[in-house]
Parts: sequence; structure tokens; C-alpha cells
Amino acid sequence: MSHPVWEVFRKERRGQPFEHAGSVVAPDADFAEAWAREQYGRRGESVALWLVPRDAIRDVEDWADEFDLKYRRVDGYSIKARLKEARERAGTAGPG
Amino acid sequence: MNEQALLGLADDELVLGWRDSEWTGIAPMLEEDVAFSSIAQNEIGHARAVYELVAGPEGDADALAFDRKPEEYRCAPLVELHLLDWARTIARRWLYETADEIRITALKDDSDTAVAGLAAKIDREEAYHRMHAEMWHERLGGEPRFRAAVEELWPYALGVLPGELRGELMSRVGLAEVDAIERGTHTEELEPLWQEMTMVRRSAPAGAQW
Amino acid sequence: MAAVEIPRDEQAFLEYVQSGGQIETADWMPDDYRAKLIKFIEMHGNSELMGVLPEREWILRAPTLQRKLALTAKVQDEVGHAQLIYRVVEDLGKPREQCLADLVDGKAKFHNVFHYPTKTWGDVGVIAWLVDAAAIISQKALLKCSYAPYARIMKKICWEESFHILHGRDVILAMVTGTPAQFELVQEALDRWWGPLMQFHGNPIPKGEDPMYLWRIKSQGNEEARQQFLDGYVPQIRELGLTVPDSKLRKRDDGVWEYTEPDWDELKHVVTGHGPRTEERLAFRRGFLEREQWVRDAVLAA
Repeated sequence: MSHPVWEVFRKERRGQPFEHAGSVVAPDADFAEAWAREQYGRRGESVALWLVPRDAIRDVEDWADEFDLKYRRVDGYSIKARLKEARERAGTAGPG
Repeated sequence: MNEQALLGLADDELVLGWRDSEWTGIAPMLEEDVAFSSIAQNEIGHARAVYELVAGPEGDADALAFDRKPEEYRCAPLVELHLLDWARTIARRWLYETADEIRITALKDDSDTAVAGLAAKIDREEAYHRMHAEMWHERLGGEPRFRAAVEELWPYALGVLPGELRGELMSRVGLAEVDAIERGTHTEELEPLWQEMTMVRRSAPAGAQW
Repeated sequence: MAAVEIPRDEQAFLEYVQSGGQIETADWMPDDYRAKLIKFIEMHGNSELMGVLPEREWILRAPTLQRKLALTAKVQDEVGHAQLIYRVVEDLGKPREQCLADLVDGKAKFHNVFHYPTKTWGDVGVIAWLVDAAAIISQKALLKCSYAPYARIMKKICWEESFHILHGRDVILAMVTGTPAQFELVQEALDRWWGPLMQFHGNPIPKGEDPMYLWRIKSQGNEEARQQFLDGYVPQIRELGLTVPDSKLRKRDDGVWEYTEPDWDELKHVVTGHGPRTEERLAFRRGFLEREQWVRDAVLAA
């Protein structure tokens, strides 16, 4: 595409993170700002914008998922059965 | 600032806002359509605020805006011109914003605190208009038709300001003094504009609600 | 966790979207899906843009400063929507310049309602209240579009449309509680717009035969949308003392609205470029597009 695309990120309120909002096509940063202000701020819906040329964005989308990595995630741990056994041994197994 | 001068400011903003909104749907790019629309809304908003000030708490801003005869309006001829080509439209925007900044800056020091306060609010909103006009001025500055438009509209631009503020305008725009097209007379464009602007309002008796 | 793989097979893709799956710009999609998507979204963009023309003259004629501001803001939103929508089409492969060229050359469609004239301030109210209401029903059905970038802009579009209907209803209410002549303006406008409104959601093709529904581009069939419109707005119209100009209009005991069958041939005739104002409006746009090519060259080429 001959015309540069600027991705627009907007912050809705103080304390919120910037979120991707859309894009504008503009020849330079001044036009991108003027037009993004209009498209993403004319109704007071944003307190801040980031404008980033699409080319400056590095896309990261693939992850290796070959081995069992559950040891380092919450879903790799199921402690119910062992906890029950430990409580019974200690005599503290109550109802439920 | 006296009432006549305030009406001049309000009428300038009303009529220019009307002209700027003529670009709705037909601006060179959609983004500019949206930007121009914001500028037009701001201008109408400024006009409304000044009319409200002049009309006072018991008065009717809409009546001031719409119910006078064309010859009673105090707008400068510059804003009346029908300029539906982009070079001349942007030239007018740039010249008007430059002149208006000078006028508003002076108004911020007005002895009437209500006027000074309103001028400060207008000034803050117009910062975006100036940014927009400057951006286009930089982009089109080299285009022959833009430069020709600035020269053509220059006498009208001078007429926006009272004599004592014109020196400042000349130095900012970088053009020498010429005979100004003065405020106080109207172009033949105002009458058809007024007819269209008021046709719905005039179709019902005065005081009808809309 | 493995990322969701978009199946590169038309049948599997169909099942994927029908079970709620969404796709992004860079994902694989069947050629038919892409083609239908572009056409659908482009028609939406064209409609937002062409919708400006019937309304713009009334900005200039608005009878109070408040109405002038509100109408300017409403129409501004429509242009903004067109910009958002064409951006989505552009990322799918069709540049905006091509969309606009096809539009003004009469090669692309836009919604029926924007082919008709506006005659009075009554039209301004009816359009903002009822035409926008019909449009919002369609737009809400796009919030779950299988094509995620379009679904996302629909969220912003629906948010912005929320004041349009209120503004429209306020304009109408001011007139129906004003002079008898003002009330008549509203009724007369309603009489003219009812036909196009009933045609707006399209002919009653069953959901199961509508490719837009099958691909989950929309999540609602045409007749469903029309019934929703009638359910929501006929009571609102009648409670103001206005008459809907269809003697057959009634709600059955099972909740279904009956009405005089719209003229579907007329709808087809209009959207293929033969409406009362089609040619004039396209010519108007074409003229400015041509005259201002130098501006786009000066700004976007550098």
C-alpha cells in the first residue's frame, strides 16, 4: 500500500491500559494526529492516544508447544486427593 | 468590547460555521469531512456562547442568531463568501484563524470578566483549529492555487480586524497592507445564505418550538 | 495452550464460524466468504456516505443552534463510520479509492432509504428516529460478525449511534407538541418514509438460504430484523397520535406483525441505481471527487 497506515491505541480513562482502537491512513504524524483525534476522541471517549506506523509493529503470533509444560502452570496441579489423605492422617478431616 | 463588536464576533463564527458545514459529505477525504465538521460545531458553539452573553439571562440566543434581517448582521465579508473549492476554503481557514487569534488574545484582556473568560475558553478550543490550519498551510503552501487564494482573500482577511490589530496580522501572514474589504457592508452572498439558513425557522410563527 | 487453527477447508470453515468462531484479517478464508464479506461491508460504507447527502441540506437550515449542532454531529458520525468501514474493506484488499470510484460510477449498491428525497424538517426527525432505528437493529446483528475487525468497529458504531435516535425522537416530540402545521409535517413525512422503511431490512429470504447468515456475517435474518423494528417502534409511533400508513398492519396473538407486503421489485429497482434521487446524488459526489483529486494527490502521494 502506498499510503502509510497508522495503528491507533487509545486509553479510555486514567489508569486503564492502551488498547488497540483501529487505524488511520495518513501521510505523516501531524495528519495522523489530527485525524485520529477526530475518529477516536471527538466524543470524549479517550484521554490519550498512541499512534504507531503499522510498519513499526512487530507481529508475534507463534509459540512452540511441544512438551508437557503444565508443571509451570496452575492447571498442572490438582491437590484435592492428596489434601484429603493428609487431613485424614492428621485427624483433621472434617465434613466436606 | 462593545455589543456591536461582540455581535461581529458571533456573526463571524455563525456564518463561517455555516460555510464550513457546506463541506459535509464532499470534503476531499473522509477524515477531513469529520475534522471540518468538528471545526464547524466549535464555531457554532462559540457563536452560541457569545449570543447568550449578549442576549443576557432573559434573552434568546436563537433569536439573535436567526431573527435579524441580513443587513443587521455584523459579520465580516470574508466569512460570507461561497468558496466551495478546497484551496480557497483552506486559505480562508488559515487567514481567519490567524486573524481570530489576534482578536481573541486582545479579548482575553477585556475589562468585562465574562467576556475575558469566554475568550479564554474559545482560545483553548481554537488551538486545534490553528493546528489544523497550520498543517494544511504547510502541506499546500507551495501549491500555486493556494497562494493565489491567499492573495485573493487577503483584503477580506484584513477586514476581520479593527485597524489597530492589522499590523500584527500583516506580520504573521507576511503580506503587505492593501485596501481592506471592511466590516459594515455585506457581499451579495449573505442574502441567499440567510434565506436558506432561516427558511425552516420562518415557516412557523415566532416562538414556535423546534 | 495451542492457538486455534483456522481450518483451510470451506466446509470446516463453515462449521467453525457457525459455532461462533471468528477470524482476523491475516487468517485464511474461502474465496466466496471473502468476496461476499467485501461486498456486504462495502455496501454498508457506501450507505453511510450516501446517507449524508439527504441530511446535509438540513444542517444548513436547522431552525435553532441546538438542532444545528446536533444534526452536524449526527451526520459527522456517519462520515466517521464510512471511514472506519472503508478501512476494514481496504485491509481485506479493496482500496478506498476503488470503492468510491465504483460507488459514483453506479457499480456498487447502497441502502434503499438513501435514494429518496428529503422534503421538510419532518423528514429530518423521521430519518434520525426511525431510519436510524432500523439501521441500529441491523447493526446490532453485526456485533457478532464472524469477521472480527468488522465486529469491532460495529461496537464503536453502535455506541456512537446511541444519541442519534434520541435526537431524532426529540425533534419529533417538539413538533408533535407544537403547532398543528408542525404535527402535519411529521405525519406527512411518515407517510412518505413508511414504504422504504418496510423495505429496508430486505426481502424475507429465509435465514437458512441467506449466505450472509450462513457465513455468520450477520446473526439475524431479514424478517427477524423487520419484526424487531415493528415491535419496537409501532407502539412509539402510535402513542404520539401518529398514524402508520398501512391499514393491514397489526400484531397477531402469536406476536408476529402482519403488514401489506412491500414491493420487492421496487426495492430491487431502487438499490440497483434507479431511485428518485440516485443519479443526482451520485453525480454530486462524482463532481467533487473529480475536482478534489489534486488535494488527495498533494496530501497522500508524498
